[in-house]
Amino acid sequence: MAENILEMRSITKTFPGVKALENVNLDVRRGEIHAICGENGAGKSTLMKVLSGVYPTGTYDGEILYDGAPASFGGIRDSEHLGIVIIHQELALVPYLSIAENIFLGNERRGRGGLIDWNLANAEAAKLLQSVGLDEYPVTPVGQLGVGKQQLVEIAKALSKDVRLLILDEPTAALNDTDSAHLLGLLRRLKERGITSIMISHKLNEITAIADRVTVIRDGKTVETLSLAAGEVTQERIIRGMVGRDLESFYPPRESSPGDEVMRIEDWTVWHPSQDRKVVDGAAFSVRAGEVVGIAGLMGAGRTELAMSVFGRSYGRNISGRLFMHGKEVRPRNVAEAIDAGIAYATEDRKKYGLNLIEDIRTNVSAAALEKLSHGGFVNGNEEIKVAEDSRKGMNIKAPSVMSIVGKLSGGNQQKVVLSKWLFTDPDVLILDEPTRGIDVGAKYEIYTIVNRLVAAGKAVVIISSELPELLGTCDRIYTLSAGRITGEVPVEQATQENLMALMTKERELVA
Amino acid sequence: MTTAPPKLDKSATAGEAAPAAALHTGTSDLRSLVSRNLRQSGIYVAFVVIVALVAILTDGLSLNPTNVTNIVLQYSYILILAIGMVIVIIAGHIDLSVGSVVALTGAVSATLVIKQGMPWWVGILAALAVGLAIGAWQGFWVAYVGIPAFIVTLAGMLLFRGLAQEVLHSVSLSPFPPAYGKVATGFLNGLIGGNGYDAFTLLIFALAVLGYAFSSYRTRVARVRYQQPVESFPLFVLRVVVVAAVVMWFAWQLAHARGLPIVLIILAVLILAYGVLTKRTVFGRQVYAIGGNLAAAQLSGVKVKVVNFWIFVNMGFLAGVAGVIFSSRSNGAQPGAGNMFELDAIAACFIGGAAVTGGVGTVVGAVVGGLLVAVMSNGMQLLGVDQSIQSVVKGLVLLLAVAFDVYNKRRAGASR
Repeated sequence: MAENILEMRSITKTFPGVKALENVNLDVRRGEIHAICGENGAGKSTLMKVLSGVYPTGTYDGEILYDGAPASFGGIRDSEHLGIVIIHQELALVPYLSIAENIFLGNERRGRGGLIDWNLANAEAAKLLQSVGLDEYPVTPVGQLGVGKQQLVEIAKALSKDVRLLILDEPTAALNDTDSAHLLGLLRRLKERGITSIMISHKLNEITAIADRVTVIRDGKTVETLSLAAGEVTQERIIRGMVGRDLESFYPPRESSPGDEVMRIEDWTVWHPSQDRKVVDGAAFSVRAGEVVGIAGLMGAGRTELAMSVFGRSYGRNISGRLFMHGKEVRPRNVAEAIDAGIAYATEDRKKYGLNLIEDIRTNVSAAALEKLSHGGFVNGNEEIKVAEDSRKGMNIKAPSVMSIVGKLSGGNQQKVVLSKWLFTDPDVLILDEPTRGIDVGAKYEIYTIVNRLVAAGKAVVIISSELPELLGTCDRIYTLSAGRITGEVPVEQATQENLMALMTKERELVA
Repeated sequence: MTTAPPKLDKSATAGEAAPAAALHTGTSDLRSLVSRNLRQSGIYVAFVVIVALVAILTDGLSLNPTNVTNIVLQYSYILILAIGMVIVIIAGHIDLSVGSVVALTGAVSATLVIKQGMPWWVGILAALAVGLAIGAWQGFWVAYVGIPAFIVTLAGMLLFRGLAQEVLHSVSLSPFPPAYGKVATGFLNGLIGGNGYDAFTLLIFALAVLGYAFSSYRTRVARVRYQQPVESFPLFVLRVVVVAAVVMWFAWQLAHARGLPIVLIILAVLILAYGVLTKRTVFGRQVYAIGGNLAAAQLSGVKVKVVNFWIFVNMGFLAGVAGVIFSSRSNGAQPGAGNMFELDAIAACFIGGAAVTGGVGTVVGAVVGGLLVAVMSNGMQLLGVDQSIQSVVKGLVLLLAVAFDVYNKRRAGASR
């Protein structure tokens, strides 16, 4: 038998206009726990989708050797047939079905006459639950379990398929510390049983605690593979691999002259809307007029949740803490009140939460401040067109007229519409969540220019971003967020990708 | 009728240096303009085709003055329901209860007027009040409790039908005093005489046409002032003349029959008011925003619950109006009144271009959609087509209308 259970050679995967993976190589040894690290968007998930057959053979270039033999997968079923099972970050369980029903979904235990033998299924499920250390009845509906236990059900489901290579995408992202520890323990036990695991994770302390080898991916390319045996698996080493890249895009220069404080939050805590955990924990930050403040954090750190909870309590429950605007405490209870208080929030997912895609530029631009264009409840349509037309010209939105449907614009132009909408509310502080996600370099530059213009006009801007170069290129100060806590505040002159990444991956116990 | 393709004013475009890139986006927008207008104007084209087809098949009988008057009288309450329903549908909801609400409001009114001997206007006010109360009830469950409108109004459909039967003790009540009957069957005529035709009707319509021409002109002037594209002046004149001609022909038909139906006045006022409400007010725009993208509307500060509540209150009110007109027309209240009205109203909205997914639709579209069904049904009745076949045809028309909508959307999506 080959030493490597899996070899992926020169994998290149192209999407229209984007090279997601370029000549990626990955060797996984039999019986090891292999971690894959990289920034958001580095190509980790794409690589795993190639491996599991979500992207079938033929849609990518390169070769996969499994057990020393070339493998070609037409779909997930083919890879599962060989014992490769992937557990996605978004769990694929049906909440209303029982544990046993979920475990054998699509793989039902049939008895006589092709009918499902539930006694057999429940008995087997009980055995599987025991092996993953989950003390629940197989007939319990999955929806009644917490996320940690649901994760274990997913693993039990993988075991039921005779898994030999288990892939976990961010398995602990939504788990609390106890559940995470339990899961990692389980992975070690599975390793003793000879099951190989690939784990994608942002939590470097977990990786250093459990992984035999680590492959670092950056911008769709393999950087290096580090080995525990050679003493290479350290947090510093991984971080260097993840961020070591030149600044690719340009950032327009800006004179920085911050004025008075505009917004400040203190001791801000937010609970998950349905799960029993804090998403934001005692966060505090402030932003001044004419200043750009960055919030850096990896996926699941609570960045968006923090911003949305400040923006009229649009996220979470049991929100506590104090919010000050210009030194005076305000308590906006809904979005309308937050807008009145001078806060604007441009969402990270403009298509889902930011725009009415079936409407035109005009209605989208006016949507958040329609009362400014109306008298006695009647909208002045001509004035509205004028406002939208001003935005189109001022923001350089590339569309033939303000009557163009927003859904047909490019990502960069859609983002300019979102910015126009919020600028028309005349905010004091503008929170931009991933303002350049999914838009091309030219449009990014334009967005940065607009930000500079706003700051020059005395607005306060908060930028949330996963791209550290972007924060380094645009901000005056950068806060780092990890597991819902502010773990650092760094002036941009002192900030490097390395020290930010170290703060972003700093874990809870180290903070206290 | 604002569907004439806007012709770009030369002076407006000349100011912009338009290199090849802008030209490129210009053509793709032209395509979207066409497909968008097709979607909006498709219903008007279909309406004209149906009217012509029915006229040919009935040897012009369908355009006969009495028949034109009859169509208006006979389908007015469906059109009124459609006005409220299209707002509900634009916001992404549905209302299955309106038929039952028509029955209940009519029953309350009839009980007060016929049984208790109250004046006719007390009955009308009571019916409207009941409609408002029902709307508030359903709006509460949809907006504040968060139960899907389909369920709330399905429950309402059973609930209010049952209450209507309870109020009437399951027997019909009739007749109303003549004053009450005027609402749906009365005419304004003979006020200023005329020789074989009603001069008053013609006068009112002439005033309406003048008003239309004047407001069109004012809109045009305002758009020019804001440097917006407008159609060329000859085209503008042509549009106004065509609309005026069609309207005056309709007036001529009415004047030759029995004059100006009171129902038509009510209908015209409602169409005008709700057209303005949906297109020109903050409330109307918020309805479209909610239907187009609920999450984005919420994050733009729209008070979604409040808007949803008032949408249903309004639907209840209009169902009350329809209840008054229906009871007036049928000269009494029946426990089974208004059966299936909700489906006719919903069909009118979808035929009129409203989208099943919400965010799209117009009051005028829904009314024309309702008229299309009305003309078609009326034509088939004139031709003596079986009730069963009529139902089959109506079903197919609804299916085709929505299929057209889905096809259009997919094409628009593919060109993205």
